[in-house]
Amino acid sequence: MGDGVVSKSPAPLALPDLPAAKLARSFRRNAPGYLFLAPWLLGFAVFTVGPALASLYLSFTDYDLVRAPELVGLANYVRIATADPKFAASIHVTFIYVILSVPLKLAFALVIALVLNRGIAGLPLYRAIFYLPSLLGSSVAIAVLWRQLFAADGLVNAVLGHFGYAGPSWISNPRYSLYTLVLLSVWQFGSPMIIFLAGLRQMPRDVYEAASIDGASKLRQFFRITLPLLSPVIFFNAIVQTIDAFRAFTPAFVISGGSGGPINSTLFYTLYLYQEAFGNFRMGYASALAWVLMIIIALFTVFSFLTSRYWVYYDE
Amino acid sequence: MNRWRSNSAEGIRERPFWRSIVTHGALIAASLGMVYPILWMIAGSLRPQEEIFGGTTSIIPSQVTIEAYRDGWFGLQVSFGRFFANSLAISVLSSIGNVVAASAVAFAFAKLKFFGRDFWFALMLGTLMLPYEVTLIPQYVLFQRLGWVNTWLPLVVPKFLAVDAFFIFLIVQFFRQLPRELDEAAQIDGCSAWGIYWRIILPLSGPVLATAAIFSFIWTWEDFFGPLIYVSDMKLYTVQLGLSTFVDSSGTSSWSELFAMSILSLVPVFLIFLFFQRTLIEGIATTGMKR
Repeated sequence: MGDGVVSKSPAPLALPDLPAAKLARSFRRNAPGYLFLAPWLLGFAVFTVGPALASLYLSFTDYDLVRAPELVGLANYVRIATADPKFAASIHVTFIYVILSVPLKLAFALVIALVLNRGIAGLPLYRAIFYLPSLLGSSVAIAVLWRQLFAADGLVNAVLGHFGYAGPSWISNPRYSLYTLVLLSVWQFGSPMIIFLAGLRQMPRDVYEAASIDGASKLRQFFRITLPLLSPVIFFNAIVQTIDAFRAFTPAFVISGGSGGPINSTLFYTLYLYQEAFGNFRMGYASALAWVLMIIIALFTVFSFLTSRYWVYYDE
Repeated sequence: MNRWRSNSAEGIRERPFWRSIVTHGALIAASLGMVYPILWMIAGSLRPQEEIFGGTTSIIPSQVTIEAYRDGWFGLQVSFGRFFANSLAISVLSSIGNVVAASAVAFAFAKLKFFGRDFWFALMLGTLMLPYEVTLIPQYVLFQRLGWVNTWLPLVVPKFLAVDAFFIFLIVQFFRQLPRELDEAAQIDGCSAWGIYWRIILPLSGPVLATAAIFSFIWTWEDFFGPLIYVSDMKLYTVQLGLSTFVDSSGTSSWSELFAMSILSLVPVFLIFLFFQRTLIEGIATTGMKR
């Protein structure tokens, strides 16, 4: 690592060979930085940029891991856009999942955060309990639990039975299976709740006091002060949660046994991508699917940022 | 009670008192509803098999048996003990890799001056937005060519190369808050870049390194997709993969064993939750992690 950051080398006595000395000095100045950066540079080249470019290339090919990739032009994308009912099904499922789970999750997170933020006793305990599902929720164990909760003879139906209602098998009924997964996602509202709580704690007290003195009701204060001031945090949570929801995989895989069934009702986008890549070994097609996902997420993000100036309040 | 009555004369204080009872009641009900399924799963792992099918909603088993834990543990050709050891090894290695690599890279970005630093930093931030799926297939092909498929290397090596830029970002944010005078003084005293990193910056960074290590451990422990595509030899399975295989092989016939193994798979994360709750919650509050 040498004498790294410092570049106070003693002046050379003889007249230096200029380019070489310059090079040496530049090396001394930059070497420590690049040495510390080295792991990332290597990982970036080998595991990020290289593969990203390679998958862009593969998306224009037929590739089955055995024979060399064969260029097919736009065929994969054309098929995605026009002739793949499973793609259409997976987009449908994923969009419903995103559109339902994200707003519901954020609404729960915000409501509970508002309640907890009123200087309530036992805040740390409540916060911890509400956060726990968020922490455990993405594991296979919870998906297993969900599969049993909403099975024909599961806990949900046992509870409904007490009220004299015989529920269906939620998991294996294509009309309901996706909604059990929406519920699983909403159940994990804990981490956006914590982010909301952190945001609420920054709220300027004097503004509320002034509003109270002016006779603004609590409801009015919420819509006119809290919501606008919190909008950057809502915006952030919405983006993070949406991207995450687009990429959901584990619960659908475990609940449907990897099939996305019944009748493609839980065929999440990433699950379909997985099936194409590692079930059918259509690596070229799966790469195209990955880039379509990338484009969807990018479009969503750009759209959010463009519209954000109409509904996100920034101080300056 | 007297105090409240005297306040009610002013006509203000009585409502908050009753409201706080209502609020606590609602919050307790909501918390119970949230954790009830988990408690029910714990109970299910301890009660005799028939009772789960009996449509019970209670979280108190009529009789307690640990049979399911014994049977579940040996429910597949390879025991869950092996899966746990594998998961532990992979998670610990990943934690170490992420902390070592990300802290070194973060040090370069936050504390060193070098040509092209801002350019690389922007690129690093850009990778935060890149969905994993986009690099997935060529990575798989690469690991296959290297002969790494069906080993742990694809799960661990990228962590030692700081591929998860999130951890770099997390640590950079922390390093930037450390007073500049510290490393400048050390620099003037002739301390090398390595010395500044190792003897000055790292010792001050316990909290952020702990946050990175803990989240890295939990995410790796819960990771299902990575092991699913890279590991096929059951002796190398992680807990998540073992559990998923157990679901497929036993179907709905042995819920109590599935529950028992599911509960065990949650224990490490739950213990971290118990002991490092503040680190977890502060980590999320300050960085906006998704879970």
